[in-house]
Amino acid sequence: MVLRIDCDVHPAVGGTRTTLLPYLSPHWQEQVTSRAIDGLDLTSYPPSMPLSARPDWRPEKGKPGAAWATVCNQALDGLGSSHAILNVIYGAQAVFDPYMAADFCKAINDWIAAEWLDQDPRLRASIVVPMQAPDLAIEEIERRAADKRFVSILVLAQGETLLGKRHFWPMHAAAEKHKLALTIHAGSQYRAAPSSIGWPSYRYEYYLAEAQAAQAQILSLVLEGVFGKFPGLKVVLAESGVSWLPAFMWRTNKTWRGVRVEVPWVDTSPIEIMRNNIRLTAQPFDAPPDKAGIEMLIDQIGSDRMLLFASDYPHWQFDGSDPIPPHLPPAIVQRMCVDNPLETFPRLGLTL
Amino acid sequence: MSRHVVARTSDIASGGNKVVTINSREIVVFHVNGRFFALLNRCPHEGAPLHKAACVAHLSAPEPGAFTRTRVGEMLRCPWHGWEFDMATGQSYFDPKGTKVRSYPVAVAEGRELAKGPYVAETFPVTVEDSYVIVEA
Amino acid sequence: MNDAVLEKTGSETIAPAGARLKVIDCDIHPSLPNRNAILPFLSKRWQEHFLAYGDHLRTPFLGTTPYPRSSPLIARRDAWPPTGGNPGSDLDFMRLQHLDANGIEFGILQVLDLFLFSQQNLEFGAAIQRAINEWQLECWSKPEPRLKASILVGQDDVPSAIAEIERCAKVGGYVQINVCPRANEPLGRRRYWPIYERAQELDLPLGIHVGGYGGHAPTASGHPSYYNEEHHSNAHSMASQLTSFVIEGVPERFPRLKFVFIEGGYGWVPATTWRMDQHFERFRSEVPHLKRKPSEYVRQNFWFTTQPSEEPDNAGHLRALIEWIGVDRLLFSSDYPHWDFDDPRFAIRTPLTDSERTKIFNDNARRVYKL
Ligand code: FES
Repeated sequence: MVLRIDCDVHPAVGGTRTTLLPYLSPHWQEQVTSRAIDGLDLTSYPPSMPLSARPDWRPEKGKPGAAWATVCNQALDGLGSSHAILNVIYGAQAVFDPYMAADFCKAINDWIAAEWLDQDPRLRASIVVPMQAPDLAIEEIERRAADKRFVSILVLAQGETLLGKRHFWPMHAAAEKHKLALTIHAGSQYRAAPSSIGWPSYRYEYYLAEAQAAQAQILSLVLEGVFGKFPGLKVVLAESGVSWLPAFMWRTNKTWRGVRVEVPWVDTSPIEIMRNNIRLTAQPFDAPPDKAGIEMLIDQIGSDRMLLFASDYPHWQFDGSDPIPPHLPPAIVQRMCVDNPLETFPRLGLTL
Repeated sequence: MSRHVVARTSDIASGGNKVVTINSREIVVFHVNGRFFALLNRCPHEGAPLHKAACVAHLSAPEPGAFTRTRVGEMLRCPWHGWEFDMATGQSYFDPKGTKVRSYPVAVAEGRELAKGPYVAETFPVTVEDSYVIVEA
Repeated sequence: MNDAVLEKTGSETIAPAGARLKVIDCDIHPSLPNRNAILPFLSKRWQEHFLAYGDHLRTPFLGTTPYPRSSPLIARRDAWPPTGGNPGSDLDFMRLQHLDANGIEFGILQVLDLFLFSQQNLEFGAAIQRAINEWQLECWSKPEPRLKASILVGQDDVPSAIAEIERCAKVGGYVQINVCPRANEPLGRRRYWPIYERAQELDLPLGIHVGGYGGHAPTASGHPSYYNEEHHSNAHSMASQLTSFVIEGVPERFPRLKFVFIEGGYGWVPATTWRMDQHFERFRSEVPHLKRKPSEYVRQNFWFTTQPSEEPDNAGHLRALIEWIGVDRLLFSSDYPHWDFDDPRFAIRTPLTDSERTKIFNDNARRVYKL
């Protein structure tokens, strides 16, 4: 089999009172029905917004990405992928009640295991966790750890606190122990404005700010010393763009050179740490328009190990049947489709 | 290279420094922990004068929050962008092999030894009672 | 053995920059020698207020910034005037250390003292605003004509900002209007448009210098732990303001308005622009007021000062970055006397032709500011 691993595919949760209901605990079944706790699609991705689904991937009715057979048909067969990693972006990650969050996340993972992973052996998934309470997030990670079809842990880029902070370290330890990557995906809990300038008017701006939210997470993870403590941890930025990476790394390095006294545990250059531990999905790429520009950008990134093939299905990032951004050098394409996903997600259990 | 008498040891207080000009190069001599160090008075980054640097500890951390200080006062933090250099070797913290300040051998000698020469100190009177800082540059 | 390293920054004795190139420095920070030096510029009512209540900013500490900086008062350690007072407060010393030594033909003043942009008490803010603008002329531009003042306005009190712009325009001698990138709302939003309308009419560039206390955390996930992170968030706030201006349609509505982004660096500019373009088609129906691709507005209306200059290890990478932005869009700035000062002789470490160098270090700013 020719491997080509799509690292970012989005199944849609219908709702707490529909899709998830059988998987909720009796208490939360009663709560969601008696209180109508539903409608938790994230503000970050209104299903009807053009970006949220490519027109030819929109079903007649219901949410795009809701049916496993359609997803396998369109995202795997249609885009020539051998495997896909499912990342559920849903409001369970954003509710305020930690116990509600924990039960909703558990329900999502049970639902994914039973109704997706069991249906098609080409599918893998990320564990959705209640970041509202790191100890409960760890419980959920431990509960899934034996099921190797879960290959990573999924969190939103815009959260309550930055991921490098000490209260998340036990979670990073669990991730490293179980060889689970940490996938930071675009999306927001809507706790703080998406950047220091405040709340923007348009979704367009909000979406653009996801790149900076992701950068802030990487800075936090690097500077708080997470990769010194957990050198085996791989962090994946999903749907966060790519082209900002070189300048971001330069600036991080430059400031560290002068103010590393603040973080003396960071004793190798941040650029090296990022090249070793950070991965990015390649849709969207936000590339310069010309071939020479792309080649320069790849040279600036300075590592062929950082990019991961992804379609971001059903989000409308590209037209046609090839998710690979134009003009990427063939050696990079080979690595991002196969070698890099295998290294980043060792639990995939696939060999060349 | 020749040996230059640049100061009486008592001229440079502990923790202080003195800038001298040798062959039209500015060299800064630091006195810390009972030792003298001589470096070109120019940061290799953008040229800041190093005699204005902060003299700090060599700082490392085996893990986050575990601040470990050694050789207190023997590291320079550049007065501009804060790059750190080892006074003894001129090596930078972040790139010890590639990025360095030029450093010069320093010695302390008694006036009575200096009377024997050879040394260069045209403008500097040497007496047998004092001890002196010698820079080889 | 160390010679190879010295080579990196040229010979051991350095020719003054002025011998090679006349420099226009778009970011010089003059300072009050001490806080109370502003008192002569305040009315009695506001003097009393200043002494009793002082600043009211959205930040935890009275006497310092929320993230302790790299050095005392953010300054180069060699920038403390021998006469006493804070770095940047002694004109003669500034002349000696920077203006003359570095061949500065013109310097654009950016005042950060008594951060008027973010004063919560708007009337006090207005008093400080006027005082700072008068002080710039009295103590800097008049005695030293190379130094050009900016009209600083508290953008969150638009009527008072407009009144101050009118007053300063009548007085004359100011070369731009400054607002702050951490305002109460993103700067593209309509409440701020009267300021932009007036700026366009007066043909004064709109300067946006990093910093401020808008009340929003530096990141989407709250407050980071370290200055290393907060310093980086300056670039993020600039990138967000660029998208806010463009996407709200400010340059579409005010096509002759010139925006100058100050002290945000420039590494982020190409990717921010590519990203806007990449997603434009998808979001176009949300922003039908945009008639052109975002990159076209960026290329036409926006300039970026260079400090803190990007420092990739490979000079070719920096060269590509500069070409992506356009040699015409960059304005040299030193940030004197602050710690991350860029020396015009050594910053921007990539081979540039004489004509490119002249543009970045002089001509572009001369045109933008009509000097
Ligand atoms: S001049 Fe010394 S660190 Fe930049």
